[in-house]
Amino acid sequence: MSARIAITLAWLCAIGAVVFLLSPLLVIAAASFSPTPVFDLPVGGASLRWYARIGALDGFWPALSLSLQLALLSTALSLVLGTLAAIALARGKLPGAQAIATALVSPLMMPGLVLGIALLQYFRAIGFNATWSALLVAHVVVTLPYVARTMIAGMVRFDFTLMEAARTLGCTYAQAIRRVMIPALAPSFLIAGLFSFLASFDNYPVSIFLTDVRTKTLPIKMLQYIDEAPDPTLAALSTLILIATIVLLLASDRLVGLHRMAGTGD
Amino acid sequence: MTHAAAQAPAGKIVDRDRSAALAFLAPSLLFLLVAFVTPLILLLGVSLAGPSGLSLDAYGKLLGTGYYLTVIWNSLRLALLTTIFALAIAYPAAFALARARGMVRTALLTCLFLPLAASVIVKAFAWTILLRSDGIVNRILVGLGLIEAPIRMIFTETALIVGSVNIFLPFMILPIYAVVTQLDRRLSEAAATLGAPPIAAFLKVTLPLTLPGIIAGVALVFSLSVSAYVVPTLLIGERYPTLASTIAKAYLLARDPQFGAAAGVALLVIALIVVTLSARLAGRENSR
Repeated sequence: MSARIAITLAWLCAIGAVVFLLSPLLVIAAASFSPTPVFDLPVGGASLRWYARIGALDGFWPALSLSLQLALLSTALSLVLGTLAAIALARGKLPGAQAIATALVSPLMMPGLVLGIALLQYFRAIGFNATWSALLVAHVVVTLPYVARTMIAGMVRFDFTLMEAARTLGCTYAQAIRRVMIPALAPSFLIAGLFSFLASFDNYPVSIFLTDVRTKTLPIKMLQYIDEAPDPTLAALSTLILIATIVLLLASDRLVGLHRMAGTGD
Repeated sequence: MTHAAAQAPAGKIVDRDRSAALAFLAPSLLFLLVAFVTPLILLLGVSLAGPSGLSLDAYGKLLGTGYYLTVIWNSLRLALLTTIFALAIAYPAAFALARARGMVRTALLTCLFLPLAASVIVKAFAWTILLRSDGIVNRILVGLGLIEAPIRMIFTETALIVGSVNIFLPFMILPIYAVVTQLDRRLSEAAATLGAPPIAAFLKVTLPLTLPGIIAGVALVFSLSVSAYVVPTLLIGERYPTLASTIAKAYLLARDPQFGAAAGVALLVIALIVVTLSARLAGRENSR
């Protein structure tokens, strides 16, 4: 009897949580079709004119391009660094492997703003004032822990005797990695890459301290637009970002399954 | 003799593996040393560097001014309230999620992942639209006759907490869900068979077994929300100064790096306390 009440309560919480979590996403999508400039729901007449205005937002294209470059490059660099480190930790029988793994993941626990100001001070002190490169370095610090965490978890499950078998059959070490390890670990790479890309693309607190007047990432531009003139153009832009995220998630789900992502999501 | 001969190659292999492992680890560790550890040490240095040598002035200002003590309390209060509400929703929800099968589970997990993957700025911006005085929440409340006229919701603490719980809730659900799926349901059934009332079975069996998930979720949500910047900026603004907004202001507006660095170190210390405490608690759980 009371068990049934508990289960009903659990389901109510789950459904409530889902509605609560989805409501901002639904609202932003609805507002993007607003017929008036005041975030009306599109009752009576939907309008696509806000979508047409996104490209005309001041500085939109350079910001999008910068954010995509940073997300793709920092993810690629983190995948290389994180995978090498994960192989070493899974295979090396190193003393203190656990401590090293914790150290690799530790920037994840770091408040973003603190990392941002620390890097700002540091780059100033060593006279490093190339904005683009500074942002890339910062984004690798942000994304590496996501990749390291997922790759270490994946590598622990990987059967390394497969690598030895491949080498006995005449593969070089590099070939064995390319032909055996990478296909077997594809789900881990995909999840690591997805988390890393999203973490970089959405980063605000670290980037804000490292940008200059001409070099601004998309999140920084968006917050600036919201501050200056919040009209449904921003809802339209947000909806497009959401749709892109959904496509990425659906593709990942096709390839590896959401359930595995939940397992490694922490 | 034969014994030693048999061992020698094995020892060599371990040595070779170990040096290869070090070569594989070196790039990551060097990178973090240069781009993470050194900047943090420098930050600590900046927070202690006054105009004329070593000075604790910045920390004195932070911990000795009523205004800044309120700022620290604001950050802690935001994190505390977010964590409590998130836990209250996430704990039962995780059980339902773990019981779900097939399509229902896929649908629920999708509904969890989509908001998690969605941009924080997009979600916070959506809450500003939802909570405007001519916004949807107000119209629903007026429509239902619950309130007479629209009430001001945005730029209040309620708006801040609602938005913050909304954004960090998935980080509480996922670790608890991961633990609940591992739970052997036979254990609580055994407790029931042995005559334990459901409440006792829950407190003595289920709760202790799910504690590692709770610890992980609480640590994650607390450390994320204590340093949140985008959510307070958009949902409450100047009315609720936090350590995060103080840091941003010190660097971007006031150009007072020493004070900004000190506030950064304070935030870092709070994060470290949470991480250490949760690792301790988790360790104690594991060794039981």
